[in-house]
Amino acid sequence: MNGMTVIVKKTTQLIAGIIFLYGIYIILHGHLTPGGGFAGGVILAGAFILLILAFGSDFLHLVREERGSTLYENLAILIVLFLALSGLVAGAGIFFDNWLPHGTPGELVSAGLLPLYNIFVGIEVAASILTIFLALVIFKEEVLK
Amino acid sequence: MELAISIITGFMILGALYAIHARDLLSAVIAGGIVGYSLVICFLLLRAPDLAIVQIVVETITLIIMVAVVLDSSRVEAYGKFDSRAWVTAGTAVFILLIMFWFLRIASSDLAPLGDHTVRMADAYMNGAVERTGSVNLVTGVVFDFRGYDTLGEATVLVTAVMGVLTILRIKGRKG
Repeated sequence: MNGMTVIVKKTTQLIAGIIFLYGIYIILHGHLTPGGGFAGGVILAGAFILLILAFGSDFLHLVREERGSTLYENLAILIVLFLALSGLVAGAGIFFDNWLPHGTPGELVSAGLLPLYNIFVGIEVAASILTIFLALVIFKEEVLK
Repeated sequence: MELAISIITGFMILGALYAIHARDLLSAVIAGGIVGYSLVICFLLLRAPDLAIVQIVVETITLIIMVAVVLDSSRVEAYGKFDSRAWVTAGTAVFILLIMFWFLRIASSDLAPLGDHTVRMADAYMNGAVERTGSVNLVTGVVFDFRGYDTLGEATVLVTAVMGVLTILRIKGRKG
């Protein structure tokens, strides 16, 4: 897959970082403002997809990146499962129990386990969508050459 | 607001109908995008910004992937013959459609006006949810605390989708 013109490349360089930061903001503030793990994760994946589309597949090492995103996806879903299981061990002994202290509602560090769920579900969603996109691109490069 | 939602829903139906009947697959994909983006406006009108954010981003990425697939494969739809097997399929579809409409007619007589039943259902979640979950955003509180199983299922669906895609598209592993 070839890259696009200089205009697209420069605009992508300017915008991709801002999109990435916006995704992180949506994930971290998931328990305060609209959004959360799913929305932020897809925005994070969108930043990477924008870079790949603009710069072409030669710029990034796609196969290595796919290996990494698969690993992060599986690790993140495993951590979400362990966080849910931690409610069985600590706290009231209920699956998905929110056993950490809740803190003051409205602050960034509050709501117990919910920000952690948001972060890891965000990583999982971003890595999943990026993996699907990368698998399609690599398939095209290898097969439809 | 009901009028606006009705107009947008009619627009969505038109887009879906065009997507079915378009000869050019690229215009069919873009007409499918009309459905998704109109749904975003519906969510915003119904005051669900969480869903609107997810829907607009997912719709954009899906549209990009679909346009790339259509541009790389073929823009002309492959029409099959309408043989006896197609008659069986179409008959089954119409039969199931009639059954669904019958159940819809039964169910719609019990429905409350638009928006009423959601308030009744949400009462149990909204009373003291901020104290119980500590989360100011009620949606996150419901999604990750009250309804944690649903979220785990959703995340598992994504993992399963990735596994399926990788299994189908792994050419290197198939060679070795």
